[in-house]
Formats: sequence, C-alpha cells, structure tokens
Amino acid sequence: MIARFPGRRFAGRVARHAILILTAAFALLPFVWMVSLSLKPPEEIFQADFHLWPTAFHGVENYRVALTAAPMFRFLLNGLLVCTAIFALQLLVCIPCAYALAKLRFRGRDTLFSAVLVGLLLPPQALAIPHFVMLNVFGLLDTYAALILPWAISTFGIFLLRQFFRSIPDEIIRAARLDGLGEFEIIWRIMIPMTAPALTAFGIFSVVAHWNDLFWPLIAVRREEISTPALGILLFRDDEAGQFFGPLMAGAVIIVAPLLVAFLIAQRRFIDGLAVTTMR
Amino acid sequence: MGVRSRPYGLAAMAEIELRHIEKSYGETAVVKGVSLSIRDGEFLTLVGPSGCGKSTLLRIIAGLEEQDDGEVMVDGRCVNDKRPKERDVAMVFQSYALYPHLNVFDNLALPLRTRRLSFAQRLPFVGRALPGRGGIEKTIRAEVEQAASMLDIAHLLHRKPGQLSGGQRQRVALGRAMVRHPAVFLMDEPLSNLDAKLRVQMRAEIIALHRRLGVTFVYVTHDQAEAMTMSDRVAVMTAGELLQVGQPEQLYRDPQDLRVAEMIGSPKINVVSCDHWISLGASLPPGVDGNTTHLAFRPEAVGIAAPGDRRLNGVVASVENLGADIFLNVALADGCGTVVVRTHPDGSRSEPGRPVGLQIDPACLLQFDSAGMRQRQAEQVGAAG
Ligand SMILES: Nc1ncnc2c1ncn2[C@@H]1O[C@H](COP(=O)(O)OP(=O)(O)OP(=O)(O)O)[C@@H](O)[C@H]1O
Ligand SMILES: [Mg+2]
Repeated sequence: MIARFPGRRFAGRVARHAILILTAAFALLPFVWMVSLSLKPPEEIFQADFHLWPTAFHGVENYRVALTAAPMFRFLLNGLLVCTAIFALQLLVCIPCAYALAKLRFRGRDTLFSAVLVGLLLPPQALAIPHFVMLNVFGLLDTYAALILPWAISTFGIFLLRQFFRSIPDEIIRAARLDGLGEFEIIWRIMIPMTAPALTAFGIFSVVAHWNDLFWPLIAVRREEISTPALGILLFRDDEAGQFFGPLMAGAVIIVAPLLVAFLIAQRRFIDGLAVTTMR
Repeated sequence: MGVRSRPYGLAAMAEIELRHIEKSYGETAVVKGVSLSIRDGEFLTLVGPSGCGKSTLLRIIAGLEEQDDGEVMVDGRCVNDKRPKERDVAMVFQSYALYPHLNVFDNLALPLRTRRLSFAQRLPFVGRALPGRGGIEKTIRAEVEQAASMLDIAHLLHRKPGQLSGGQRQRVALGRAMVRHPAVFLMDEPLSNLDAKLRVQMRAEIIALHRRLGVTFVYVTHDQAEAMTMSDRVAVMTAGELLQVGQPEQLYRDPQDLRVAEMIGSPKINVVSCDHWISLGASLPPGVDGNTTHLAFRPEAVGIAAPGDRRLNGVVASVENLGADIFLNVALADGCGTVVVRTHPDGSRSEPGRPVGLQIDPACLLQFDSAGMRQRQAEQVGAAG
C-alpha cells in the first residue's frame, strides 16, 4: 500500500511543504528584516544595496543603546505586570459569566447574551474617549489602573468561553452536582480543566493584544516609569532621522522576544490540552 | 420479601413517593401528573418510548430538575427543596458522564472527597497541606479500591476515561455511583451504548449488584425486554403519562391500556378491531359488548386451524423460525392487518401462501374501548358465559 504511488506521494508532500514554507517565509520576512536592521550601523541602514548580514557589525552598540538609553527592563516589567493583571481580571470575569450564559437557566439569559454580542461588535477605539473621561473622573489617569481597568471585561473572552463551555455535555455537570460540587467548584474542577486549550488560546490573544497595544497606553499614560514596552520604544523615535533606527529595532527585538518564548511554551500546553478533550 | 440484608456499606432506607409531578419546558408538557410509589429496596423500571419524559422524571427525583408542581417524598418527608447533594441518590447517566480529565481513581474518589473533606480541605493548593486530610484520603483510597475490585476495574484505576472501552466506562460510571453507598440508585439507560452481547452480560451484573447492595434501584430504559427481565416492578410511560405500574407478568397478562399491551411483549400483541372482525365474517367472541372497539391477543393464545366459517381466516405471509418457537405472520383478508401466531416446531408445518383459520383462546382475549382502556366487566361476563 505504502509503496504504491511513491512518486505521487512524494510530489504531493513536496508541494505541501513548499506552500507552507513560502507562507511562513512571507510572515517571517518583516521579523527577519527587523533583526537584520538591529545589527547594522546607521550608514548601512539606508544604503541602496541590501545585505541580510551587515557588512559592518554594529549589533553590540545598538543593543547597548537600546538597553541603556531607555529603562528597557522597566518597560518589560511594566508590560508583564499590565498583561498579567489584564488577563487575570479577564479570566475572573469571563469564566463565571461564560458559565452562566452557557449552562445555567435564568430569565433574561438570551438578552444578556445578545448584549455580549453587541459588545463584540464595538471597536475598542470607540470606547477610548468614554474610558478616558471615566478614568479622569476617578483620578486614575496616568496610573497602572488606567492601563488595566478598561480591559478587565472582555466580551470576546465571554463569547469564546461560552461557546466552549456549551460543548461540555450537560450530563457531566449534572453528575458533578450529584457528586456534591457547588457551582464554583464545578467551574474550577470541571469546566476549566476541560477547556484548557480554549483558555490558552484566549490567553495568547489577550497577552499579544495588550503587550503590543500602543493606542491605549499612548492616550492613558505619560510617565516613563509606567510605560509599556510598545510605548517605551517610541522614546527612540527621533526627528533627526536615521540615527536611532538601529537601537529602535534592537528594542523591538527585545520586546518581542519574551512574547515568542511565552508563545512557544503555551503552544506545548495548547497541544497537550487538545489531546485531553478529544474524547467523547 | 422481608428486609433485605445490606452487606455492602450501610445505606439508609429509601422509599420514594412521587405525588402528581408536573413538568413542562416552555409550552410542551413533558411530565403530566405522575404519581408513583417505589418501595425500599425495590428494582423499579421506567419503560417507555424515546422522548416520553423518563429521563426528566429521573432528574426530578434526583433534584437536578425542578418540577413545576407536585412533591417528591423520600421516606415520607418532602425533599422538594433539597439539593441533589442532600438527597442521598446516585445516578448513572446515559452517556456515563465521566470526568475526562480525571483518571478512574479520581473519578470514583470525587463524590467521597466532596462529602468528607471540609471546605478548607477542598480548596485548591492549600487544602492538600491541611491537617486531617491525609487520614481521610487513606480511607477514601481503601473504599475506592474496594468498589473497584467489586466491579473488576481495579487494574484500570490510573487510566483516563478516554483510554477505556465502552463496557469499562460503564463499570466506572457504576462505581462512581456506588462508592458512596447511596440509598437510591437512578440509572438512565445505562446499557444503551453497549453492543448486544455486552448488554446481556451487564444486565446480569446490574441485577447481581442490586441483590448485593439491597438498595432501591430506579432504572430507565426503552427496551421492554430489559424491563421485563430485570425488574421487580415496571412502570410504563408514554408521552409524559404513567399508564400502569406492576410486576412484569402482570403487565404482560393483564394490561390496563392498549398502549401497555402493545409496548410489553415481543413479538407484539395482535390487535384486531371489532369492525374488521365483523367485516371478515367472523362472529365476535361471546361477551364483547358495545363499548369494545379492539380485541387483542398474544401470539401464544392463537392456534392454527382449518379455515372455517365463523372464525378469522387468513393466509400465511411469512414464517420466522427461531428454533424453540416458530412465528407465523398470517395476513388477514382485505388488508385488515396481520396476526402473529406462535407454533411449536414439532407441530404441523406451514408454508407461506397456505390459507389458515385462527383459533383464539377466548379466556386470553383482551378487550379495549375506543380510548384504549381495558373493558374488564365485559371480559368477565364473556369468560363466564
Ligand atoms: N432542557 C430541555 N428543554 C426543552 N425541552 C426538553 C429539555 N429536556 C428535555 N426536553 C424535552 O422533553 C421531552 C422528554 O425528554 P426526556 O429526556 O425526559 O425523554 P426520555 O424519555 O428520556 O427519552 P430518551 O429515551 O430518548 O432518553 C423530550 O421531548 C425533549 O425534547
Ligand atoms: Mg433519556
């Protein structure tokens, strides 16, 4: 059987991999460019002929400037703090909401769910001004709270988790109630472990979105000490042009690296989690 | 029957009484005024076609679903406002409903842990370190292992449900129900996902389990053969109504309702309307009064005879030889239906196409009125006259 169409199978596999490699290369190209620029001296960045590897290696200088000219570690730490806090709050709100919408029967449930869907349609930028005004009223502008609180409730998270929770059979929840679990314990012991892949996926979305977000920090925050990485990197921008592109790219590499590592770790869990839930 | 011994653990008494239970989902009434009492230690089966509300009734007994009206009494006390956890019932679900992320041991241990460990001891992370937990865990382990060895799943304790066969999952589901010694077992079509052979084997095992535990079993099925072979008593439901409750023999010989007669017994009971009876030229049996619209008789109450003037006549349409019995399908003339006749293999052989007359034992003839209710009065007169 295996050797029956060896030529065809091989050709098919090559074609498949070629397509995958091409797409991957396309997606990776800007990233590679960024790394390449972060290693070049200012003169070479704007040269007409392009070398992937710099002719004059300037990486050490660029990275030194990136790490010293601005408090880069501070930014990374801020990013970690803000993203963790946002994701933790989102889980705290989304999981019980999604459970109630998916598995409990109460009056007005469908109306509430429609409200969630409407929330999903609103672009976050539309809420920027109301959020800004509210934070101003509470005197929270230019604090960590200003970076975190507007994102604490994620309609996308509620929607996503509700869909996953619905796929868990009612009988498992009934069995858990008979076994003596309360509703919160059902969430903790049954729903969360059974939907770990969904939670991981949501975590990736949330962290990536807020780690890279520039729009909101730019509005809500001035102080350098509480800047997130994306905002902090703007400090390298210089109107005198060109001089700081190398350090800017080095900074960009530094702030993307933790995301990549986190994603690779999460991907593992993601696949493990999928293996758990694929039973009937 | 007397008091049954309860060698496995010490379960409480449990007599269940349902009083006028009503339940509807939106506009559709699913359970319509069901009253039923279930004796302590009894094996009672709820049988009925798919969608008639059996599972709903079971969930109401368990407290998983709230009835719109009526009371659930356990040992004479109303448990309407008790939560499932407090009702001392365990349930085996149609889909088994095992926790897929926990191994078999943890699946079985979960009901014990939630009952025996305090709130603080059950807390994630910190609970493990609290004093007293170790000792409780040890007794839980012993009990889980005992239940597992009773069900022959002791060697599977470390596996996840996804790594088990259907029959093994079934046993784990039984184990999770029995490990905490409930006073009542509720089983919702526990065998419907198994293949025919395993089903017969598990049937025997569940009967044996009931004997050994001696507690009340309420068993739901839509398979009348399961109901007839396993139960002390059978309750027949259709469309949310309880039609009749009785011992299997009683339901078979003495059904009160045409639907019960048709549901119980395989092959199905023969039903011939009085109109057909007359149009076929047969004389109605003595004692059939004006209210009777349908006459019913079991395949074994009919004999094959020569075609005759005053009896039902037909033509053998097909022959089913099951070895011990031979069933003849006899087509009545003018499209008035078919009648199944049980004959013995050593009797005269019938070939398809042969015209025959049907000789019906009048004592076994059941009469039903237009609403499908049994006409007893008329039968007694008929049998006496
Ligand atoms: N949550 C619900 N919402 C609306 N209708 C429901 C709900 N649960 C059950 N029903 C309806 O109630 C009726 C009875 O359901 P139930 O599950 O009790 O049937 P059943 O007798 O157990 O059938 P089966 O043998 O197929 O399991 C069905 O018509 C079903 O569609
Ligand atoms: Mg059912």
